Amino acid sequence: MNFNTPPYLTQNVSVQHVMLQVLAALLPGIAVYVWLIGPVVVVQIAITTAASLLAEAFMLRLLNKPLGLFLGDGSAIVTAWLIALAFPPLAPWWLLVVGALFAIIVAKHLYGGLGQNPFNPAMIAFAVCIVSFPALMSQWPPVDLPSGVLDHLALVFGYSPRIDAMSGATPLDTLKTALKLGDGSASVASVMADAHTYGYFAGKGWEWVGAAYLLGGLWLWQRRIISWHAPAGFVGGMALLAGGLWLWNPGQFANPVFHLFSGGSMLGAWFIVTDPVSGCTTVKGKLIFGLAAGALAYVIRVFGGYPDGVAFAVLLLNICVPLIDLYTQPPIFGMKGKP
Amino acid sequence: MLQQLFKFKGGVKPDTNKTPSVQLPIGIAPLPALLIVPLHQSIGGMPNPLVEAGQRVLKGQRIGGPDKWVSSAVHAPTSGTVLAVEERIAAHPSGLPTLSVVIEPDGRDEWIERTPLDHTALEPERVREILRDSGVVGLGGAVFPSHAKLAPAKSVPMEDLVINGAECEPYMTCDDMLMRERPEEIVRGIGIFRDLLQPQRVLIGIEDNKPEAVAAMQAAVHRLGESYAVVAVPTRYPAGGAKQLIRVLTGKEVPASKRSPEMGVQCFNVATAYTAWRAIAHGEPVLSRIVTLTGNVEQPRNWEVLLGTPLKDLVALGQPRPDTNRYLMGGPMMGFEMPSLEAPIVKASNCIIAGSPALFPPAPPEMPCIRCGACAEACPHELQPFEMYWFSRAKNFGKTQEYNIFDCIECGCCSYVCPSRIPLVQYFRFAKSEIWSRERDKNMADAAKARFELRNERDEREKAEKAARLAKAAAAKAAEKKAAPEAGKETAAADSPVDAEAAKKAAIAAAMERARVQREGAQPKNTDGLTVAQRKEIAEIEARRVPLQPEQQTAFDAENAENAEAQSSRREKQ
Ligand code: SF4
Ligand code: SF4
Repeated sequence: MNFNTPPYLTQNVSVQHVMLQVLAALLPGIAVYVWLIGPVVVVQIAITTAASLLAEAFMLRLLNKPLGLFLGDGSAIVTAWLIALAFPPLAPWWLLVVGALFAIIVAKHLYGGLGQNPFNPAMIAFAVCIVSFPALMSQWPPVDLPSGVLDHLALVFGYSPRIDAMSGATPLDTLKTALKLGDGSASVASVMADAHTYGYFAGKGWEWVGAAYLLGGLWLWQRRIISWHAPAGFVGGMALLAGGLWLWNPGQFANPVFHLFSGGSMLGAWFIVTDPVSGCTTVKGKLIFGLAAGALAYVIRVFGGYPDGVAFAVLLLNICVPLIDLYTQPPIFGMKGKP
Repeated sequence: MLQQLFKFKGGVKPDTNKTPSVQLPIGIAPLPALLIVPLHQSIGGMPNPLVEAGQRVLKGQRIGGPDKWVSSAVHAPTSGTVLAVEERIAAHPSGLPTLSVVIEPDGRDEWIERTPLDHTALEPERVREILRDSGVVGLGGAVFPSHAKLAPAKSVPMEDLVINGAECEPYMTCDDMLMRERPEEIVRGIGIFRDLLQPQRVLIGIEDNKPEAVAAMQAAVHRLGESYAVVAVPTRYPAGGAKQLIRVLTGKEVPASKRSPEMGVQCFNVATAYTAWRAIAHGEPVLSRIVTLTGNVEQPRNWEVLLGTPLKDLVALGQPRPDTNRYLMGGPMMGFEMPSLEAPIVKASNCIIAGSPALFPPAPPEMPCIRCGACAEACPHELQPFEMYWFSRAKNFGKTQEYNIFDCIECGCCSYVCPSRIPLVQYFRFAKSEIWSRERDKNMADAAKARFELRNERDEREKAEKAARLAKAAAAKAAEKKAAPEAGKETAAADSPVDAEAAKKAAIAAAMERARVQREGAQPKNTDGLTVAQRKEIAEIEARRVPLQPEQQTAFDAENAENAEAQSSRREKQ
């Protein structure tokens, strides 16, 4: 293509610029996460980032694509950070590396590289790992984890045995298990009365991580990097379903706020369903995508066998994107209200 | 102004960079040593040259006669001698030559006889003729012959006449300065349009970054006792696109498939109104235009430039800085790079921007589309540029049409916002021209098929005629034999059954053949009908686009001049 063509002006934006802002928007969430768990989170992010960049460089070289241009675009780093934030914080380092490699090599480059992947790479990584290593992917540390950063690192790098005390379940999982396995006497209220695990409106500590993601997401929206449709759809979809069941039986179903601030909800709503490449492109499509993903994530996490459902919900919806887009094409200028 | 405004979706807000060129009043550019006046300066038929080399011409003398109704005359911008009528490089990105009249001015600037007229005393048809013969075309950049836009639709009442003074392209200030300095003549010119179209209201739209122009126009409207509404519209590119301005001022959305009069609205540029007034009330055809000379020059300014002035003579007036590496004609959003300093200023040349690597840096490398949707959000026609891009790239042109590629006005908003820096407009132009050329090939194939069938038919007819002749001859022979039964009894006995048989067979065959030919003749072959129409269409389209392609290629998908107008009005900017 001839570049010397109109328009001769372009806005000062680039893929890199977009990706950097996404990374910046993740920072508040990471900060709270570090406060909650410890510096090990940063180490995990670094490991995943390094693995992703190496995989990216390897694939670019293999496929003969310009290394400097694509390595610098920031997309692999975004994927890496999302993987690190979605995986349990004390997961062994190699698990994160496996996730990163799978995301970059298979989910991204084998599908054609930047802009071509039909599935969200970070969610692919999560799904692959949770299916292959269900135990490791389900071990979440309690927030008042007594040990220090060295103990954490020992865990991550496999120098100490993964004792049960260090690896519990998420507040979400705890609730589900209690409700399911109990003698039927357990209610949401009784389970959540445990101040050890539950905070003001969701999991103790975790709720603030969720809130920080929300903050970052709103900032992205305000910067017009993302549109509000998919997040609003996700929140709406989850809240509607959770709210309905909660109103119907508050003893067995937690309230929607709990669900929105638990597990991967906020990360999913603002950083996963907003992924432009694997998401819908039309306004209506984004709403539908978000709504369905939110509702499906709820169904999987409450009724399914996995501790959380965001990844599977998003991947399922990724499959439907072409169809949704096709049927939600907006009318063009001058053709509104006409067939 | 209590005018209700509507919004159009999308659009972008690039830096306007208009201030440098409005510091000085419009200057009159000096007479150049040579004028190169292309004959084809508007949409529509190529004007015929009316002069020859060596001939002396007067200022305002017609040198190119309009070819058909949608076409416009071209005139000698000053008095002098015609040096040649030959192909010269055009003000067009392709740099292809176009038939031009080269005039050496004699410096006397001697006018033809001018007859000022009062349009109210003339038949509307006559007014339109004068406009055509005076070379009045859309000066916003689309150069569609104005007279052809000045007939209201028969079935739809004309509600709004929209006058476009929005001038949304960055850098460009020619309309701004014209409105500031010559508002009365614009308002009077609008009067001509109004009298021809009889609209219910007249709305003059000017972007709100031009308060001086708004004030000047308001004052002029008031002074002349007119009831036109001068409306400041929000500054947002492409508010000056005809369809966008119509939308903003009237709320109507004219789809690509319709002409604006069918929706009771018509749109003209302010500079066009100005030239219409000069043409009717002063008898002065369009010989010059206001051109903004800006960008990387020491002296940005608007100049009244004679058409045909070589670019080099104009840019010298602005003293380009040493690092100037190119000149853009039109704005930075929709303009193009002038192919040569020898290319002349034409009616479409609203702005010349001296460019430098600092001012317009080379495009950064193209990245893959990340489907961020920024382009769709910016598209004023609410298209899905990334889908069109995807299918253009894959050369799946049918799909690009499903995504309405022909509704794209090539405004460049999508490319402007794309974080992957994809030259989207470029892909769309490529796809459109591919579609056109395929269509043309197909039409040509159809024509060839029709020719082939015609020839077959002729062969068959000839065969039938031959059979008929044979039958006749056989019959005659048989009759002859009957007439001389005695003489040829023996031979007759031997031959006659055979002959009679052959004659009978031949006669039957001939009859059948005749019937078949007749039958075919009676049934009109639809390929024939189609092909004639198609051929005509191709010829017309070719005539329209060849000299001005690909800028005016948008006219191709139009079946006739009327659609071409709809197309061009879309492109009418500023
Ligand atoms: S703006 Fe560019 S990257 Fe974004 S969807 Fe459009 S073409 Fe793709
Ligand atoms: S160039 Fe075409 S596709 Fe791009 S914004 Fe303008 S109208 Fe839309």
